[in-house]
Amino acid sequence: MTRTPIPTVLTILVFLVGVGSARAARAGGTEAADKPGLASLLAQLPDASYADKRVLIGRMVQTQDPKVRVVLRAMLDDSLYVRASDQRIFIGEADQETIHLTDALSGQAAGAVSGDAVSLIGVNNQLRKTLRVALAQFDLNNPDAGVRLAAVKEMLRALNAESQAVLRSRLGMEHDSAVRRQIKEGLALSDLDSSDAAIRLAAVVALSRSLNPDVYNRLSAMAGRDSDGVYGEADPAIRAAAQAGLRVIERYRRFYAVVQTMIYGVSEGSVFVLIAIGLAITFGVMGVINMAHGELMMLGAYTTYVVQLLMPNHIGSSILVAIPAAFLVSGAIGVAIERGIVRHLYGRPLETLLATFGVSLILQQAVRDIFSPNNRPVITPDWLAGSLQINDVLAITYNRLYIIIFTIALFLALLTLLKRTRLGLDVRAVSQNREMAKAMGVRTAWVDALTFGLGSGIAGIAGVALSQLTNVGPNLGQSYIVDSFMVVVFGGVGNLWGTEVSGNALGVVNKLLEPYAGAVLAKIFVLVFLILFIQWKPRGLFPQKGRNAGG
Amino acid sequence: MPVGEGAVTDIAPVRVADRGGRRLLLVLAVVAVLVPVLNVLPAEGSFLHVSSYSMTLIAKYMSYGMLALAVDLIWGYCGILSLGHGAFFALGGYAMGMYLMRQIGARGVYGNPLLPDFMVFLNWKELPWFWHGFESFPYTLAMVILVPAMLALVFGFLAFRSRVSGVYLSIITQALTYALMLAFFRNDMGFGGNNGFTDFKDILGFNLQATGTRVALFVCTTLALGSSYRLCRYVITSRAGRVIVAIRDAESRARFLGYQVEYYKLWVFVLSAIIAGIAGALYVPQIGIINPSEFSPVNSIEIVIWVAIGGRGTLYGAVVGAFLVNLAKTYLTGAFPSFWLYGLGGLFIVVTLFLPYGVVGVIGQWRRARLEGSTL
Repeated sequence: MTRTPIPTVLTILVFLVGVGSARAARAGGTEAADKPGLASLLAQLPDASYADKRVLIGRMVQTQDPKVRVVLRAMLDDSLYVRASDQRIFIGEADQETIHLTDALSGQAAGAVSGDAVSLIGVNNQLRKTLRVALAQFDLNNPDAGVRLAAVKEMLRALNAESQAVLRSRLGMEHDSAVRRQIKEGLALSDLDSSDAAIRLAAVVALSRSLNPDVYNRLSAMAGRDSDGVYGEADPAIRAAAQAGLRVIERYRRFYAVVQTMIYGVSEGSVFVLIAIGLAITFGVMGVINMAHGELMMLGAYTTYVVQLLMPNHIGSSILVAIPAAFLVSGAIGVAIERGIVRHLYGRPLETLLATFGVSLILQQAVRDIFSPNNRPVITPDWLAGSLQINDVLAITYNRLYIIIFTIALFLALLTLLKRTRLGLDVRAVSQNREMAKAMGVRTAWVDALTFGLGSGIAGIAGVALSQLTNVGPNLGQSYIVDSFMVVVFGGVGNLWGTEVSGNALGVVNKLLEPYAGAVLAKIFVLVFLILFIQWKPRGLFPQKGRNAGG
Repeated sequence: MPVGEGAVTDIAPVRVADRGGRRLLLVLAVVAVLVPVLNVLPAEGSFLHVSSYSMTLIAKYMSYGMLALAVDLIWGYCGILSLGHGAFFALGGYAMGMYLMRQIGARGVYGNPLLPDFMVFLNWKELPWFWHGFESFPYTLAMVILVPAMLALVFGFLAFRSRVSGVYLSIITQALTYALMLAFFRNDMGFGGNNGFTDFKDILGFNLQATGTRVALFVCTTLALGSSYRLCRYVITSRAGRVIVAIRDAESRARFLGYQVEYYKLWVFVLSAIIAGIAGALYVPQIGIINPSEFSPVNSIEIVIWVAIGGRGTLYGAVVGAFLVNLAKTYLTGAFPSFWLYGLGGLFIVVTLFLPYGVVGVIGQWRRARLEGSTL
């Protein structure tokens, strides 16, 4: 960004000479403009001292002209210029040697000029602060509550008697509760500095439920002693009120910390459920140990990557396309595994385990050869990024929130499929009594293939979700395989509800342990707990009952 | 669909005449003598010379052979598929590694006479309690046996008492080794974190790089493999061994006949863990490194495939399988690096689908067919 060179003495002289005539010329023009106030105020800017500029800014805000915001913003950004030839004010965009000008009043482009033809309207730091407050005051009347809230926050950063008055008057007409709360909190915070003890006490009481970290720090400072042993607040009654307020705030904070841990735990648990729910079908319902389950998830994640490569301009919707695509890819490979290998090994679970492990090695290496041994970048769409700010101490990232919703939806869909459709009926019939089902005309071989394909396809969908949470690489599956089996076994084999409950329970336990033990140790504890739990209840939390429970 | 018990019946019965085993022992005896002689006597570059690298490689295969033996003992004869046997191997290796680390003494990079380098690096001031005693070789030998044995005892006691069997047992053994891997990866555990132990110098005061030491370790490994084989063979031909096979074929029936099924299983499981631990202890000084990746669940599954490929339930077949697969691995990872996982994965599938008795079984069938042909 090139800046206009400091005007030489000569150009200053030219300015001084030109001012009188230019003013006269403009006087005629302002009559015609629909906002004469702003135009005349602008005209005074080039000659004003910093102190004059402050006054001018204040008066510009009072005009309530929507163009003022643009002008003030430009001034703050050091891009408000005056043209030497006619003393008109322009907003300029510097580009290499030239500056592209836009008329500040009409908003029309006025061509590009060289840096010598215009000069910058200078601001200093003091003025910048004034400008920010002025912009905020201006935004205070914006119809959008979000803009107003941001404006209030900006004003609270540098509060003086004048802006306090503005905020107080705004409070009278403000309807949005969040903005009202913010204004009240800010005013109360500034009242804490008041010399009047009654005002301070009222402010402390008013702040006693606020979760704002500033409030917490101020109240702690008031209730405690500084390094010299002097109390932050001289009046013992106010100190007691501050302490009482702190206790209330701490109770809220603890409550929200527990809420946050629970939500994060459920979210972590949803990942557990996601990685295990496909297995709950192949292992739980069919009794097949599919060690390639992790690799089917990996394929789902890679499908997401490929879908994003194919539609680089629609990253936002790529995830929605990837979900059915991953289901089809992993499901098709699952059917192939069932037809090619697993079918020949029914009733020999240990051999199935080994053969499918072989499949997992081949799939890993295939991915390594086709893509790369390195991790592939999968882009997170904008709507998954960011977080939902519920209050000052509780924020939930959107990906955690969506993963919970997504898992519940998937779980319900699967439950419906198994309980309410013909395929589900066949699947349950075959898993309960293969011979009888066959005798009743169920095509068991076909059902086996479809069930295995279903479980594999679900693994692919889980892979799409995992691609948003972790690195997409050839080892993605391996890192989840032990977890997914543990979740299924913990919940009770052959029981979708068990998987749902056990996954979420493990997630919450994991998150509860993490602050004390660290992530890795928490995981080890959970594994050891599971190993011991299986000794106690070898059939899991919700064991299958009845004649087929043996296994 | 039956899961677990009763699924394992189509395995060759315990043969009375142990022709394969006798051949294995004969080969081992020849190897124990010939390889060191060919390593030491012929000049380097001579046609007959066996390089130190090859000798170490054979020693590595032999310790893997012991590990396969340990897995075959419980899987082939007792029907317990452990997917965590690598953990016992690694624990034995770590115990030996601790001794070797203490032997380095003040010769480490930081020159601390008491603390191994990684502890100095982590700013530790004193030796953790569990490192005391490892300066003594007899104590280390005791730990090589006791640590895997104790883990197997506690784990097996809990698991067998609550009758966890079949795939459930396989999955929790896998979880066990996975948990141990995560634990050993932590620096705070005091086992060197993800670097593990390496840069060993001496064993019993002898330089590990010296030819004499290498030959001695090689002979020890051969002897250990041979005696493990004899021991396993003794166990399975004993009366208790018959009960163990009975448990494999019909656990409930053995229980109804009044046998304490849990104790037989526990006993053979602990024995198997001890053999695996000793194999690990022999592996570490010769290979010169031990790190937490030895605990990885994939390693443990690979052991099972050695056994399956060699021929489950034959003991000598397990050793043959360990040799064949690792030989192929060494060759393929060198010649066609990306092909190895396809090869290994394909082996898993082909062997389980088409070779239920392994390589040994195929050779046996082929010979029987020829004998029948000649009598006609």
